[in-house]
Amino acid sequence: MVAVLPSTGTTSGVVAQRKSRTGYFLLIPGMTWLAIFFAIPFVTLFLTSLQAPVEGQSGQYVPAFQISNYSDALTEYWPQFLRSFVYAGIATALALLIAYPLAYFIAFKAGRWRALMLVLVIAPSFASFLLRTYAWKTILSDEGFITSFFNYLHLLPDDRILNTGIAVIAGLTYNFLPFMILPLYAALERIDPRLMEASNDLYASAFTTFRRITWPLSLPGVVAGTLLTFIPATGDYINAALLGSTQDRMIGNVIQTNFIQFRDYPTASALSFVLMLAILSLVFIYIRRAGTEDLV
Amino acid sequence: MAHDRDRNVEDLHLENLTKMFGDVAAVDNLTLTIPAGSFFALLGASGCGKTTTLRMVAGLDDPTSGRISIGDNDITSLRAFQRPVNTVFQSYALFPHLDIFENVAFGLRRRGVKDVEPAVNAMLELVELAPMARRKPNQLSGGQQQRVAVARALINEPDVLLLDEPLGALDLKLRRQMQIELKRIQTEVGTTFVHVTHDQEEAMTMADTIAVMNAGRIEQLGDPASIYELPKTVFVANFLGQSNLFAGTRVASDSNMIEVMANGIKFLVPVERNSAPSDEIIVGIRPEKVTVLDLPDREKIPIGNNTLEGTVVDVSYAGVSTQYLITLPWGQDITVFEQNVIVGDRSSVGDRVLVHWAPEHTFGLAGGETLLATTAQAMAKGA
Repeated sequence: MVAVLPSTGTTSGVVAQRKSRTGYFLLIPGMTWLAIFFAIPFVTLFLTSLQAPVEGQSGQYVPAFQISNYSDALTEYWPQFLRSFVYAGIATALALLIAYPLAYFIAFKAGRWRALMLVLVIAPSFASFLLRTYAWKTILSDEGFITSFFNYLHLLPDDRILNTGIAVIAGLTYNFLPFMILPLYAALERIDPRLMEASNDLYASAFTTFRRITWPLSLPGVVAGTLLTFIPATGDYINAALLGSTQDRMIGNVIQTNFIQFRDYPTASALSFVLMLAILSLVFIYIRRAGTEDLV
Repeated sequence: MAHDRDRNVEDLHLENLTKMFGDVAAVDNLTLTIPAGSFFALLGASGCGKTTTLRMVAGLDDPTSGRISIGDNDITSLRAFQRPVNTVFQSYALFPHLDIFENVAFGLRRRGVKDVEPAVNAMLELVELAPMARRKPNQLSGGQQQRVAVARALINEPDVLLLDEPLGALDLKLRRQMQIELKRIQTEVGTTFVHVTHDQEEAMTMADTIAVMNAGRIEQLGDPASIYELPKTVFVANFLGQSNLFAGTRVASDSNMIEVMANGIKFLVPVERNSAPSDEIIVGIRPEKVTVLDLPDREKIPIGNNTLEGTVVDVSYAGVSTQYLITLPWGQDITVFEQNVIVGDRSSVGDRVLVHWAPEHTFGLAGGETLLATTAQAMAKGA
């Protein structure tokens, strides 16, 4: 026994070592990608955000440590920041309200239509994001059926939908809906229907079963879906650009104009950086509150 | 475990219960009374309707027609969460996001019980899982999860506890252990247990009463020993243990014995052990009732015993017993189990031997068309 054990120990040690090395090799492509397309731009972005303008030469900047770029950017653009989070928040809540029943239906009631319904959820993605948003311009146009209908009911404060915040939120909700539906579906589909039967058997009505069993078990999907909707919606600029007026501009639009029109790279970079930090901290608080760190 | 239940537990009645799936009757006009406090097993192959029956009692499936009642209380139209019945699900269906304590407390909380702690602790004590109260289900072994499932159902003091293949997911050794455990719990709490299983040995060790189900109907009902010793149909004879069957015709009978001629051999079947209504009778005998003798020992056979002659084609030694397969002159095989109590030579392959058994062990079954149909089913189950 004593003579045999050490030798087996070494063999398995070598195998284990080789295994762990294989793990690192597998990381190389991803890590390279991250380094080139995330880490390096990230550093560049941060350095740019601190640059100072060259006197008299528009669009020319020199490396500096100008922290005031941040305070200037925030003072000037905080309303757009706030609007971005409000619009994205409302759009995320609406998407959740629309997506949950749909995902529930597909997961538990669709039967043989399940695959078809999932394809239909993704189907709009076959057309370009831009094109779909343009289509909403027509759908929500002042002469369109929807606007007339709501006007008939006197529900619109400005008598129109297009070029208002409502249109922007509608566009955001629509465009990011699949990112809400799919994780919700994945989470719901994983729930064993027998758990609901068991709950039913243990004196819980359908509503109580939903509240105590289905909803808590679908939380990972809710968290994933809301994040996948909220994060891109906050930084989105296409919906605000096409469907909103200048009063409905979001932070994405500000960053875009600063980069491309004003060529004010430090301000644009500072705004990007703040947006990233803001989203990160919101996500962090959200996941902590949802208590599902281990599930996301 | 405190039993302060004042109410009397009453019998569970199923009357003309039918469940159709399309054109197929999963449960076919089933009428059955399950006595209060009994350990009742519904035994059958998969697809025989036993689980559907259980689900209808639980309220998880609606019967197409028929009536379910507990005592005088008709529960047919009650929803699952309104019935005084709880289920131990196949693969347990424990709530993965709740700990063991909350899983067990679930039913009590839903019924608005204020202080669940004493009852839950007592129940965890009963299933010997008190130290696990704050673990999550996936941190428990299969056997422990199974006991949580039982505790979660039993804590509600249901009139009837339904168990759907509760031991199916456990390995053999654990299953044996849990059989004893479940039996102990049932004796301790005195609740009516209705246990659905396809495992005939499990049904026999645990249940007071077994109903053997086939094609949505009950083939035979009774205590394990009487069903085993005296099967009433070919299906039961083959499903519950093994049987050697010989199709024949009644040639004579007196008040005690029927003489059946099968393949040119005369068999004696006691009148009270014959369930064939016509003269077409299938003679049956359990393998362990048969004795094997060498040809020269013919005079040792008691007078009146059913006797056959054949050739040993297979001998398998299985520790407690030896199993012989003996081919009879007309090509049919007879299986014999012999207890390994004899010191010395056993018969070996190729030996010409005599097999015999006492008429008192013989049973007679209805022959004719039923033989083909039900043996085919039994064969399918064996395959």
